Amino acid sequence: MNSQSGEPPTMETATTRRGFMEWFSWALLGLGSVAMAIPILGFFLGPIIKPRADEWVDFGPLADFPQNSTRLVDVLNPLRGANDGMTGKVAAYVRRIEGETFQIFSTHCTHLGCPVSWFKESGLYMCPCHGGVYYEDGGHASGPPPRGLYEFEHRVEQDRLMVKLGHLPTLQDPGSAHVSGKNS
Amino acid sequence: MKQAIGKLLWWFEERLELRTSLWTVMRHPIPRDLRTQVGWLYVFGSTAMTLLVLQIVTGIGLGMVYVPSAGEAYESLEHINYNVELGWMLRAIHNWSANGMVVLVVVHMTQVFLMGAYKYPRELTWMIGVVLFLLTLGMAFTGQVLRWDADSYWGLGVGAAMVGRIPYIGPELVELMLGGPSVGADTLSRFFALHVFVLPGLLFTSLAVHLYLVVRKGISEPPKPDDLVDPETYIEKYEEKLKTGDPFFPDVFLRDAAFIGLTLLVIVGMSAILGPDGPGAPPDPTLLAVEPLPDWYFLPAFAVLALSPPSLETGIILIAPVIIVAVMFLFPVFAGKGQRSPRRRPVAVLTVIGCFLSYCVLWQLGVQEPWSPHMTAWSGVPVPTHMIKGRTPKELQGAAILQEKTCRNCHALDGLGGERGPDLTEVATRLTRDQLIRQVIQGGGNMPAYGKEMNRFEVEALVSFLETLKPEGYASAESSVVTDRAD
Repeated sequence: MNSQSGEPPTMETATTRRGFMEWFSWALLGLGSVAMAIPILGFFLGPIIKPRADEWVDFGPLADFPQNSTRLVDVLNPLRGANDGMTGKVAAYVRRIEGETFQIFSTHCTHLGCPVSWFKESGLYMCPCHGGVYYEDGGHASGPPPRGLYEFEHRVEQDRLMVKLGHLPTLQDPGSAHVSGKNS
Repeated sequence: MKQAIGKLLWWFEERLELRTSLWTVMRHPIPRDLRTQVGWLYVFGSTAMTLLVLQIVTGIGLGMVYVPSAGEAYESLEHINYNVELGWMLRAIHNWSANGMVVLVVVHMTQVFLMGAYKYPRELTWMIGVVLFLLTLGMAFTGQVLRWDADSYWGLGVGAAMVGRIPYIGPELVELMLGGPSVGADTLSRFFALHVFVLPGLLFTSLAVHLYLVVRKGISEPPKPDDLVDPETYIEKYEEKLKTGDPFFPDVFLRDAAFIGLTLLVIVGMSAILGPDGPGAPPDPTLLAVEPLPDWYFLPAFAVLALSPPSLETGIILIAPVIIVAVMFLFPVFAGKGQRSPRRRPVAVLTVIGCFLSYCVLWQLGVQEPWSPHMTAWSGVPVPTHMIKGRTPKELQGAAILQEKTCRNCHALDGLGGERGPDLTEVATRLTRDQLIRQVIQGGGNMPAYGKEMNRFEVEALVSFLETLKPEGYASAESSVVTDRAD
C-alpha cells in the first residue's frame, strides 16, 4: 500500500476540489434543467410560437349567390385538426351586393362571440346573448357590441367565390378583411 | 384468533405510529361552545370537502367512459346517458354534486366571514380558502366545457372574446387558451387536462394546506359580542378553552356526519329525479339558432356583461375580477383584529346582504334576459285579437309588417314578445304620428333604423296600425311643440 495515496488531501486541494465539485454540480443541474425546460415550455407555448395563418376556402360558384342578398354558407375550416369532428366546420354570412362585390361576415358577435342570426325580413343580424344588432352591411345597429361584424377577405377566381378564414375572430385579431385593411 | 388480529394490528401500529399521529389529529379538542346549536354552522366545510371526494370518485368513473375528443365527445356523452349501465346516474351525481360544492363553498365562506373566523390567527386559512373557492369555480367552468354541446362551444367563444380583450397579448392568449386558431380538438383536450389533472392537483394541494391550518390553529370558537381578538392574548385564551374541549372525533364530528349524510341524500335524490344535465344541442359551429347560456351560478356575470356601458365594459371584464379577488384575498390582513361577532360588525353584515342581493337581482335578470331579442317572436307569437278586430285593410297590413319586419323580437304586444324595446300596446298614447314615423325610419334610443328596409308605403301602413294601439277612450299623444294650425 502506498501511503501517499491513502493520505487525506491537504486543506488547500480539498477546498478547491470541493469548490469545483460544488460549482460543477450546480451548473450541471442548471444546465440539465434548462435543456429540459426548453422543449417542454416550447410545447406549451406551441400555439403562439407557430401560429397558423388563415387560408383561402372555396365558397362555391358565384351563381349560388343571388345579387343583393345574404345567405349563410357552411364550409370546412381550413385550419381544422384531424379530430375536430363537427367543430371543424365553420359558417359565414355571404352578402352579394352586386356583381363581384361581396361582404363576408363572421357569425360571431363582436361583443362576446355568440352566434348572430340573419333576418332577411328586416335586414338585421341579431345576437341572442346580450341583444347586439347589426345592419345588413355589418354595421352596428344597437346593443353592446363595440364595433360592426368581423369581415373576411374574399376574391373571385374562375367564377368561384374564395374566402380567407380560419381563426376565431376577436376584437384585437379580427377577420382577414381587417388585417388587409379593406373594410376596417 | 382475536389475539392474532391484535398482534397483526400491533405490527402495523409499531411501524405506522398512528396513535400518536392520525388519532391525535382526529381527537384534537374543539371548544365546548360548539355544543350549543351554533355548532351546526360548522358543518359546511367538511361537507364541501366530502363533495370534492364524491367528484373525484364519480369523475374517475366518467373518465373511464368519456372520450375527450372534439369529434366524439358529444356521442360519448349520449352513450353514457343511454347505453352505459347507470351512466346517466353517474353524470347526474357528478353534476348535482358540483352544483352542491359551489353552493357549500359559498355558504362556508359566508359563515366564516360573518363569524369573523378569518381573523387572527387564521388569516392564512381564509386566504387558502379563497384559492379553493377560485379553483372550485375553475373546475365548474372547465367541467361545463367537457359537456361538449352548443353551450360549451359558444361558451368557449365567449371566453375567448373576453381574453381577446386583454391589451397587447390578447390574441396570443386566445390561441393559448384554445390550443390553436379556433375551437376544436386541441381546445377540448386542454380543458380536459385542466379539469382532470391540473385543477384537481392544485385543489388537493391547497386543501391539504387548508386542513393543516384548520387542525394546527384550531377551529374558531363561536364569537361573542365585545370579545375582541387581540394577537397578544388570543392564543393563550384559546388554549385555555381547549383544556375543556370536546374531541373532534367522534363527538363533534357527529353533526358533520349528519349533515354530510343529509347532503348525500339530497344529491342522490336530485340526481335520480332530475337526471343529468345535457348534453344540449350538438357543438356544431354552423347551427346558429342556439341561445348559449352559462350554468346558473355564472348567470349574474352574464347579466353584468349585458348591462355594463360599452365604454366601461373591457375594464369591467378585465379589472373588476382582479380587484374582487384581491379584496377577498387580502382583507384579513387589514381586518384581522377586534370584534368578531356579527352583532358588532354591521358593515360586514351589510356587505354580505349587499353581495347576496346583487347576486340574486343579477341572477334574476340573467334568467329573464330582458336585453335579448326573442328570436322567434316575429313568426311565433300571435297578435292579440282585440288589436286587429275592426281594423282597416291598411292597418291590418301594418300589423302584418310589424310581424314581418321582426319588430316583435324586441317589442311586446300585451306583454307577448321581446322586452328589449318598450311594449307597444299603448304606444299611440306616447308617440305622435310624426314621432312614430321618425322612430321607425331613423331608429335611435338603441333601436335600429328601418329607413332602408321599408318603403314609404310599408312605413305608412305600419304607423297607421301603431296609431291604433291605445286603450279605449284614451286620446292620442300630442306633440308638445306648438305649431301653427291651418284650421
